[in-house]
Amino acid sequence: MKQLGIFIKKEIYHILRDKRTLVILLGMPLALVLLFGFAITNEINNARIALVDLAQDELSQEISARLAASDYFTIEDQLPQVADIEPHFQKGKSKLVVVFPEQLQSNTRRGIPTSIQLIADATDPNTATTLINYAQAIIYSELQESTDNPKPPLHIQTEVKMLYNPRLKSVYMFVPGVMTVILMLVSAMMTSIAITREKELGTMEVLLVSPLRPPLIVIGKVIPYILLSLINTAVILMLGTFVFGMPVEGSLALLGLESLLFVVTSLGLGILISTRTESQQVAMLISLMALMLPTILLSGFIFPIESMPKLLQIISNIIPAKWFIIIIKNIMLKGTGFEFVWKETLILLGMMFLFIAASVRNFKIRLA
Amino acid sequence: MEYAISANGLTKKFGAFTAVNAITFNVKKGEIFGFLGANGAGKTTAMRMLNGLSRPTAGEAQVAGYDVYRETERIKQHIGYMSQKFSLYEDLTPKENIHFYGGIYGGSLSFLKQKSKELITELGMEAYANTLVKNIPLGWKQKLSFSIAIMHQPAIVFLDEPTGGVDPITRRQFWEMIYKVANEGMTVFVTTHYMDEAEYCDRVSIMVDGRIEALDSPGNLKKQFKAETMNDVFLKLTRP
Repeated sequence: MKQLGIFIKKEIYHILRDKRTLVILLGMPLALVLLFGFAITNEINNARIALVDLAQDELSQEISARLAASDYFTIEDQLPQVADIEPHFQKGKSKLVVVFPEQLQSNTRRGIPTSIQLIADATDPNTATTLINYAQAIIYSELQESTDNPKPPLHIQTEVKMLYNPRLKSVYMFVPGVMTVILMLVSAMMTSIAITREKELGTMEVLLVSPLRPPLIVIGKVIPYILLSLINTAVILMLGTFVFGMPVEGSLALLGLESLLFVVTSLGLGILISTRTESQQVAMLISLMALMLPTILLSGFIFPIESMPKLLQIISNIIPAKWFIIIIKNIMLKGTGFEFVWKETLILLGMMFLFIAASVRNFKIRLA
Repeated sequence: MEYAISANGLTKKFGAFTAVNAITFNVKKGEIFGFLGANGAGKTTAMRMLNGLSRPTAGEAQVAGYDVYRETERIKQHIGYMSQKFSLYEDLTPKENIHFYGGIYGGSLSFLKQKSKELITELGMEAYANTLVKNIPLGWKQKLSFSIAIMHQPAIVFLDEPTGGVDPITRRQFWEMIYKVANEGMTVFVTTHYMDEAEYCDRVSIMVDGRIEALDSPGNLKKQFKAETMNDVFLKLTRP
């Protein structure tokens, strides 16, 4: 036990004295969450739109006011005629133009079918679709409320309710994703580098010749990184909650335990990599290629797994991050308890034992 | 008499390649035993089998009276080791290195505090006591490394090319340290390819292609090979 303490102390010196790496390890979660939260986002905020109001009546005014009042849109311009729309788009002034037809209000009152035209700049198709959806929703709700006509303009209405993320904030998706990537990075990559560094410097031989038992060396190596990972988890969660208003509906304790499980699984992978490599650079490359890329691409962090080709969907099952993201999304957004994530937890547990068993085996072979 | 190290037909094969080919030798207690050979002759591999890093393919060996197959953990308690690569932590100070290595051999905190003061005074490196090891000249590091390897008073210390890249004056000082511990009864097993250093050893063995081709005191070897210096002995053996 005392030896372990001495070993951990030494390891903490290594971490604290390598200032550059430390800044990266602690700064990266901040940078990534802020970047994904503010800059890289697929939600719409204050998109610039223009109006062509040929009706100039009460209803058109009300709809315009409602569009302007929403956070999604800012009315950039009022265009006098339809012919102005094309040049307006070409100058890139707005993303969407709403055209109110003549006699909008009177036609609506009398039940004559009318249409409000939405014209979007589809050079960016995703944004265009989203803008159209938002604008439609706002216009329908206004029509429903304002017309005296008991029959709504549409005979069948779909009522949409976005559960767990009603405002479709992308930060709800990025916070769990970034957390997963950071934990994987700190746990797997940093431990594999830390262990191979001792091999490269020749100190590993001296440790193995000493009475320290190999498992103790490995445990001493990983404990500081477990702590570092948990600090990062806390930082990311706090950023998510206080800066982006991301809720943690479920139990924080459960969230912490699941994170610990994922951290240990990643550590197992890191140790496994380090038993197979001799230099820090190789360890880093393998961690990046074999762990980071699949974690980002195949975990459902950015690209939904359901829309992947069948083969990739099958491969995604062996990515620990996929299961972890499912678990933490459930806990954070839906507030579910352990009874709904035990299957995923079991899968992660299985992976953890597999990696640790494999690395213990390989570590022994290296000693022979 | 009981030997500090005895090897009998010790062999290590890597696939079809035989790195160490049935070497047999004994090292007496308190002896400075030189283990010579060209690069790739099998010195390091032989040493790794003795200190428990590598499992022999065949043959027998005892180190400090313990068997290298079954009792490696006990061997580890009784040996010190200074590896060919420099074995201190560069981002720790000499004091922290002493505390770490002393600690993993089970030294108590008060012992370590006293010992690190002693060592630093003995080596005359008070000025470097709180400098990171990476900023200390190589000669000092080597001496410190040696002091740390023998801090827990092992019965045998293994030195793997301890003086590589060090200036002649520091090498001289280093050998004085080796003499001192040998006089106190510690067995020193040292590999080197500096032939002048071979002269300092009580007995030397010369390895060629995994075999021990000669083993005796430097004086006897020079007589046997009718050579002026150990360098000539070595050249006669390796270039027939």
